[in-house]
Amino acid sequence: MSAVADTHSQEHHHGPASGITRWLFTTNHKDIGTMYLIFSFTMFLLGGSMAMVIRAELFQPGLQIVQPEFFNQMTTMHGLIMVFGAVMPAFVGLANWMLPLMIGAPDMALPRMNNWSFWLLPCAFLILVSTLFMQGGAPNFGWTFYAPLSTTYGPPSTTFFIFAIHIMGISSIMGAINVIATILNLRAPGMTLMKMPLFVWTWLITAFLLIAVMPVLAGVVTMMLMDIHFGTSFFDASGGGDPVLFQHVFWFFGHPEVYIMILPAFGAISHIVSAFSRKPLFGYASMVYAVGAIALLSFVVWAHHMFTVGVPLTGQLFFMYATMLIAVPTGVKVFNWVTTMFRGSLTFEAPMLFAVAFIVLFTIGGFSGLMLAIAPADFQYHDTYFVVAHFHYVLVPGAIFGIFASAYFWLPKWTGHMYDETLAKTHFWLSFVGMNLAFFPMHFLGLAGMPRRIPDYALQFADFNMVSSIGAFLFGATQILFLFIVVKCVRGGEPAPAKPWEGAEGLEWTVPSPAPYHTFSTPPKVE
Amino acid sequence: MRAQTKRALPVVAVAGVSIPSVSLAEWTVNMSPGVTGTSNQIFGLHMTILGICVAIGVVVFGVMFWSIIAHRKSKGHKPANFHENTVVEILWTIIPFAILVAMAIPATATLIDMYDASDADVDIKVTGYQWRWQYEYVDEDFSFFSNLTTPTDQIQNRQAKGENYLLEVDNPLKIPVGKKVRFLLTSNDVIHSWWVPKLGVKKDAIPGFINEAWTRIDEPGTYRGQCTELCGKGHGFMPIVVEAVPQDEFQTWVAEKRDAAERERELTQKDWTREELMDRGESVYNTVCAACHQADGSGSPPAFPALRGSAIATGDINAHIDTVVNGVSGTAMQAFGQQLSEVELAAVITYERNAWGNNTGDMVSPKEIMEYMSE
Repeated sequence: MSAVADTHSQEHHHGPASGITRWLFTTNHKDIGTMYLIFSFTMFLLGGSMAMVIRAELFQPGLQIVQPEFFNQMTTMHGLIMVFGAVMPAFVGLANWMLPLMIGAPDMALPRMNNWSFWLLPCAFLILVSTLFMQGGAPNFGWTFYAPLSTTYGPPSTTFFIFAIHIMGISSIMGAINVIATILNLRAPGMTLMKMPLFVWTWLITAFLLIAVMPVLAGVVTMMLMDIHFGTSFFDASGGGDPVLFQHVFWFFGHPEVYIMILPAFGAISHIVSAFSRKPLFGYASMVYAVGAIALLSFVVWAHHMFTVGVPLTGQLFFMYATMLIAVPTGVKVFNWVTTMFRGSLTFEAPMLFAVAFIVLFTIGGFSGLMLAIAPADFQYHDTYFVVAHFHYVLVPGAIFGIFASAYFWLPKWTGHMYDETLAKTHFWLSFVGMNLAFFPMHFLGLAGMPRRIPDYALQFADFNMVSSIGAFLFGATQILFLFIVVKCVRGGEPAPAKPWEGAEGLEWTVPSPAPYHTFSTPPKVE
Repeated sequence: MRAQTKRALPVVAVAGVSIPSVSLAEWTVNMSPGVTGTSNQIFGLHMTILGICVAIGVVVFGVMFWSIIAHRKSKGHKPANFHENTVVEILWTIIPFAILVAMAIPATATLIDMYDASDADVDIKVTGYQWRWQYEYVDEDFSFFSNLTTPTDQIQNRQAKGENYLLEVDNPLKIPVGKKVRFLLTSNDVIHSWWVPKLGVKKDAIPGFINEAWTRIDEPGTYRGQCTELCGKGHGFMPIVVEAVPQDEFQTWVAEKRDAAERERELTQKDWTREELMDRGESVYNTVCAACHQADGSGSPPAFPALRGSAIATGDINAHIDTVVNGVSGTAMQAFGQQLSEVELAAVITYERNAWGNNTGDMVSPKEIMEYMSE
C-alpha cells in the first residue's frame, strides 16, 4: 500500500515546521488534534480542581472553605469548563486525529479553518476564566444561567461570559462544518456511507446537531446581552417578556448538547468492544439508525428539563412520552454492545476496561434518565442530587470514560509506543472506584431530599456527602496518573506495530505507528 | 376518646421531629413515602420504574458478565462470528417499547390528578424572595414572611448544629389537615422553587407569572423542604416548614393572625418614640437586611454596599426612604415597600440612620411613611 507519503520523492510534502510556529500556524489535522486534546485535558484538570473545591466544602455540614458566593461561582465554572472546555474539545481532538485516518483522507477538508477553530478556544476560555478575577466575581448562576438570575441579578462579568460563549460557539460551528465537509467529500474510493466506521457516523450526526443548536445558544446569550445592556425585555415579565422563554430556548440547545457530548463516545466504544471481543459488531446498520433516531428525538424532548416550571398538562405529557421513547434506541445500542461481547474472545486491556465500564455505568445513567422522564416522579427528583448523580453517570463514565478508552486505544497509533498497561489498569480501577464512590451516593442524597447547588446542607445528608467527597478526591487525584502515563508513552516505551490490537479493524491500522505527519496522500481502496 | 387523640398528637410531633436523627443512623437510600395521596402515588411510580430498571439491568448485565467470565481469550474461548440479525433487532426494539407504554399509563393518570387544582378549600399565595418565602392567606387578609432561624454561628461552625439545622423557620406555613389547599406561586425577584418532599409538591415560583399546585395532607405534623432552584447566594438558606394541624386549631390560628394583622395596621397611627423605633428596627434589620448588608452594616461590596457611614444612610432622608421602599433597579436591592409594613419601614430606616455610628439623630414615623407611599 502506498498509503504513506514518501517525503523524499515529493518535494512539496514536508514535515512539521520547527518551534512555536508549528503549533501556531499548523494546518495539519494531527497537530491540531493533539492541541485539542492537550487543551481539553488542561481544562479537565482546571474544571476538576473546581469540583474539588465544591466537594471540599460539602465534605461536612456548615461553611468551612468557601462562602456561598464563591461556591456558586465554582459550580458554574465547573459546569461550563467541563462541558465546553473538556468534553467537547476532546471529541473534536479525536475527530481531528482519527476521521482522516479512518476514511483514508489526507487531512481535514478545511485545514485553515481547522487551525482557526482551535485557536479561538484558548481565547474564549482565557476570557471566561478571567472573570474569576473581576470585581463582583465570575458567573454565579449555574452553567444553565437561567434568567433573570443571570440578567437583572447577574454579576458585571456576565457580559464577558456571553462573549466567551459566542467565541466557543463559533469555534464549535466551524469544527462541525469541517467534520461534515471532510466526511462527505474525502472518503476513500469504495467507502460508501454504510461502510463508514461507526466513529465517523456518530461524528457526522454530532456535527449536524452542533450546526443546528450552537446558533440557538448564541441566540439566547445575545438575548441576555440585549436585556442587560440595550433595554429589551425578552426575559423580564415587567417589560412583557417571560423568564421561562429563556429556559425553552436554552434547553432547545441544551438537550441536543447532551447528545453532542455522548454520541462520538458511542462510536468509539463500538470499535473498542468489537476489537477486544475479536468479533464484528453485532448490528452495524441498527447502530447507525439508533444514533440517527437519538439525534432526531433529542430535538423534541427539551422541556423534560422544565417539568416544574408550569408547562401545561398536554405539553407535559408530550415531553414525557417523547423522552421515554429515547430509551428505545439507547437500549438498542446497549443490547448490541452486549451481544457483540457475547461468545467473543475477550481480553481486558485498558481501552476494553474503560469500554465495559462505559456500558455498565452509562446504562445506570440511562436508567436514572428513564426515571427522570416519568414526569410525576420528576417532581420529586427535579433539581435534587438525584439529577446530579444522573448526569454525572452519563458524563463521567459516559463521555469521559469514552475519551479515556479512545485515548488508550489510539495512543500507540499517535505516539508509536505502547503505553504502560499496568499503570493504565491502575488508572482505570482507581477512576472506577473513585467515580462510583463519588456519584453513586448522590442518588441516595437526592432521593432523601437534598437540593442541588447548595453550599451547605441539613444534617441527615452528612454521611453520604462525606463518602461522595472522598470518592471525588480519589477520582480527581487519579487523573494526574493519566497525565503521567501519557507523557511516559510519548517519551518512549515498547514500539507499537501498525496494528497493536489483534481484533482491531479499519484504515487507521494500515498506516505505521506513529502515524506519519502526512498519511493517505494517495487514497487507499476500500472494497 | 378526644383527650386521647390530643395526647397522641404531641407523640406524632415528637416522632416527626426525631426522624432526621434516625435516618442519620439508618443511611436513607431510597425515596420515602409521603403524607399525601400525590406523594404516595409518586412513590409507587418511583418504585415501579426502579423495579423495571433493576430487572432489565439484571438481564443485560447478567449476559454481559457471563461473557466477561466465560468467553475470555485467556480461557481459550474462540470467537464466534455471528452478526446482523433483523429479528433480534426488532424484538429488542418492540419489547422495551411495550414496557414503556405500560409505564406511561399510570404516570399519565398521576399527572392528570396532580394538575387538577380545582375546588380548593384554602388558597395560599406563595411568593419567593431572595431569600425567604412569603405566605399570603388569600381569603383571610393576612400574610407573613418565613425566614431561616438557624443562627449564623451554627453555619460558621462556632456553635454545635441543632437538630433541624437549615430546615427551621420563624413562621411556618400552617395548613389544615384533610383539606385541599391550593398554592399560587410567584416570585418577587429571580426564579425559586417551592418543594416539600413529604407532600410531593414542587413548583417553580417565577417572577411575573403565577403557577398552581395543590396538596391535601392526611396526617398532622411538621414537614420540611427547601428551595430547589438556584436563586443566588442564599439559595441553600431559605427552607420551607409546613405545619399541618387539625381544622379547629387552624381556625383559631387564622383568627389570631387576622387580629394581629389588624393591630399592626393600627400601630401605624400610634405616636412612636425614637427608642421604640430603634428596637423594632434592629429586629427588622437583622431578619431582612443583614443577609446582604451584614449585622454591623459593613455590607459585602461591591454587590452589597456598606450602610455604616454610607451616603444614603447618612444623607438626604427622602432618598433613603426611596431606596428602601422602591429598591434600586438593576441591582440586588429590592423594593421593600410591598414586603414590609409602614411600621417596619419606619423602624428600619430610623435604625439604619442611627446605628453603627450613623448618628444622624433622624427619625421617621410610620405616618410619614404612609404619606410617602400614598404620594
